[in-house]
Amino acid sequence: MTEYHVINGRAPRLDAPAKATGRAMYVDDIKLPGMLYGAILQSPLAHAGILNIDTSKALKLPGVKSVLTAEDAGMVHYGVSPARYDETLFVKDRVRYIGDEIAAVAAVDLETALEAVSLIDVEYEELPAVFTMEEAMAEGAPQIHDKYPGNMCAEVHQEFGNVEEAFAQCDLIRTDTFLNKRQDGAFLEPNGVVADFDRNGYLTLHTSTQSPHYVMRIIAMVLSLPVGKVRVVKPYVGGGFGPKAATNSIELASCLLSMKTGKPVKMNFTREQVFLFSRARHQFKHTLTTGVKKDGTLMALTNECYLEGGAYASFGIATVYYAGSLLGAPYRLPNMKYDGYRLYTNRPACGAQRGHGGVAARAAWEQQIDFIAEELGMDPVEIRMKNSMEAGDITCNDFNTSSFGMKDCIEAVKEESNWSEKKGKMPEGKGIGIATGFFVSGAGYPIYRSETAHSTVVIKLNEDGGTAHVLTGSAEIGQGSDTAMAMIAAEALGVPLDCIKVSSGDTDFSVDLGAYSSRQTLMTGHATKNAAEDLKGQVLDVLGEKLKVPVDQMDIKNGFVVFKGEVPDFTSIRTIYAKEHRGFFDNPDSDEPLTFKEAARMAFLARGSMVGTGSYKPGDLGGKFKGAAVGTSPAYGPSAQVVEVTVDKGTGKITIDRMTDAHDCGFAINRTSVEAQMQGSLSMGVGEAMYEEVKFDDKGKILNANLGEYKIATALDMPNVDTIIVESNEPNGPFGAKEVGEGAIMPTIPAILNALYDATGVRIQELPLTPERVFKAIQEKEEREK
Amino acid sequence: MKKMICLTINGKEYELAAAPNMTLADLLREELLLTGTKKGCELGDCGTCTVIMNGKAVNSCLVLAVQASGKEITTVEGLETDEGLHPLQEKFIENGAIQCGFCTSGMLLSAKTLLDKNPKPDELEIRTAISGNLCRCTGYQKIVESIKDVSEGR
Repeated sequence: MTEYHVINGRAPRLDAPAKATGRAMYVDDIKLPGMLYGAILQSPLAHAGILNIDTSKALKLPGVKSVLTAEDAGMVHYGVSPARYDETLFVKDRVRYIGDEIAAVAAVDLETALEAVSLIDVEYEELPAVFTMEEAMAEGAPQIHDKYPGNMCAEVHQEFGNVEEAFAQCDLIRTDTFLNKRQDGAFLEPNGVVADFDRNGYLTLHTSTQSPHYVMRIIAMVLSLPVGKVRVVKPYVGGGFGPKAATNSIELASCLLSMKTGKPVKMNFTREQVFLFSRARHQFKHTLTTGVKKDGTLMALTNECYLEGGAYASFGIATVYYAGSLLGAPYRLPNMKYDGYRLYTNRPACGAQRGHGGVAARAAWEQQIDFIAEELGMDPVEIRMKNSMEAGDITCNDFNTSSFGMKDCIEAVKEESNWSEKKGKMPEGKGIGIATGFFVSGAGYPIYRSETAHSTVVIKLNEDGGTAHVLTGSAEIGQGSDTAMAMIAAEALGVPLDCIKVSSGDTDFSVDLGAYSSRQTLMTGHATKNAAEDLKGQVLDVLGEKLKVPVDQMDIKNGFVVFKGEVPDFTSIRTIYAKEHRGFFDNPDSDEPLTFKEAARMAFLARGSMVGTGSYKPGDLGGKFKGAAVGTSPAYGPSAQVVEVTVDKGTGKITIDRMTDAHDCGFAINRTSVEAQMQGSLSMGVGEAMYEEVKFDDKGKILNANLGEYKIATALDMPNVDTIIVESNEPNGPFGAKEVGEGAIMPTIPAILNALYDATGVRIQELPLTPERVFKAIQEKEEREK
Repeated sequence: MKKMICLTINGKEYELAAAPNMTLADLLREELLLTGTKKGCELGDCGTCTVIMNGKAVNSCLVLAVQASGKEITTVEGLETDEGLHPLQEKFIENGAIQCGFCTSGMLLSAKTLLDKNPKPDELEIRTAISGNLCRCTGYQKIVESIKDVSEGR
């Protein structure tokens, strides 16, 4: 077993002291000299033609510096997937949801900007609208995009194996329909930006984003700027969870306003605007039919899914594929058929959110597997163990698992929760449930077609080797990636953690696709490791020349040079170093082994600045069918959870008493951060299962666009979670590491649903599990049984 | 028309002119550049703007600057003393109770308010005290553990 000095331990996060003292700078904390304040005009109607826009009154308001509409911005279409670029910076002749962007203003202060927005006169011609998937699909329904008839944003049809033949051999076939609700990201920091277009033609955008790289590309494309002139910088970000991976309207509007005025421009979404921009979890309606043999062997699955997508595609093309491709695994399912349909509606656009596309599908299927187990008289643990995939298995849709500790996770939660003592033996009103899940460890392909590296990293050594500066475009959004990269760099370079400095989230530093699809630990981690190894190799090269020792006979560990054979005489190096460092306090003691700093100083004197570079790109992954790319990944992280609940049958209120979670993260870089991701994922899952639903009135207006009425889990709702880290040593991961950020949410909702059934005998196929819904279901069950 | 107000922030007295509609959150952030106080909703729902006013944890987005006149305010910037970080800050850092950090200032101040009044709270009292501070990242567990650690002198 390899001995590590830094990774696999518990490092305090690099950013924690700044965040604990209020010094960490988030985008709204940035003030630049001469900065203007921007505001946007958004549609008050869900669907309407625009007959006329009159900005004259706004322009006359003292303090207003610029008013922009589609006339100024042009009509370059953008979005997330190039296959569906269906948005423009401002709409010209049609608004498609309450919140659609029509104009933007920059003024000397926010008050003036908001007043100017209110002075823009827009003449609308209201159009009939569609708000639900059923309305969108109805014969003769109003059409939202002329280019996409039937309001069909995207549809997917896939079949692997032969479902019909497999069903013919099944002993039990069961069909269920499941419905979740639209979620909001509910990150604590509203999106914000400061754009600064300088006199040399360079545009810098500070923005609260998950993907500086993608935002940079969209800005360059929409505003017709050379890529090299656009720099996107991510300060500290107050959470993202998916929705901040899509370029937003104020990112584009602030840049254009800054270009027009020559001044920096600040813009922020209000909390209500965060809900309006949305790009969060879709509503999914899944109809699943699963066939099994008498012994519980899973044979076939058909999955029909409709997604209510909102007015634009955003990440939705990927979402509709994920809603199909992320079923099957973690089980050995030989036959699977998927039909997915994403519908446009006159509501805010949905996009990606933690567990992208797979969370509702997982909830539906894992509950159905429990129903099947019950009908077969099998224990829920037994049916899962029987069908579970193992490392090396390839799914029917061509996902290759190189490590897969699914069975270990199931065994771990079974034991830790004391499942065997509890299942079927809980007192009245109490229940226990299990579920499993898995997620990708980084999307196998970029969102745009390209041969690009997914991540590049530069590590620069200062002249005495005391600090190695990791420069990366990756995005620390709260998950702890800066610290993980520092730990990987320290380990690979062979220096203590406090010798590593990380600067991240800046497109000037490197190319990195950003924080989404749980990709950074594996992908940025690889690039970081490669860069550190490159740098170490260069230093050892010079040292080898000086000491006449072959490079392969040396290594660097924990800040010291390690010689595999006899230790050569290095007094001349120590003397040179001492001369260079005359008067400094940190010279090595005379009896110390040769330090990395001494070796690094020799390298600097011989060759100048020492810079290591690293790059990572996954190999060709997946099958050849249409949409085969979505769901491919170099590695997959499985997880299992057991949830225990108490249900008050008189009120329908569910209390979550205990959660036990096991996650296979490959190899834990920072154990504290792995647990933190597990606990955080579960709290988002609890929110979606129990409380969260974006509600609308019959005109398409959000009724609860605030964090008072849109309820996420509070400290009183979350139990403590027993977190079990399962390590499987992923061959495709840096030091064997893979994801934890999203996979952990997958089993949460179905484990709660299965525990609810165990406690009450009611099967609920619609979220959230409000007391009202649970109470009604209990009442209906009791009526039936009378 | 601006009004003169007099208040103590982190032990320092200030005499300032504030517009009658300016919130305490904006006074701290915009006028005094104490940007550790965050604004997550400006409706009193999220708790990211929590400060301590005369010993009570308040949402500074719901307090007008003029209402804070004559009051004693502690913000996150006032937690650290010459002796170093506040024990809560140390435990939050050590235990991994901080992820995105946007709720952290408010969490720390709600926790301090609790411990100042009730140095040995049980877990339910801790969870109740921070129930007005939303966190989307941590699931609260490491935050609760950190507050417990401080109260139990660990």
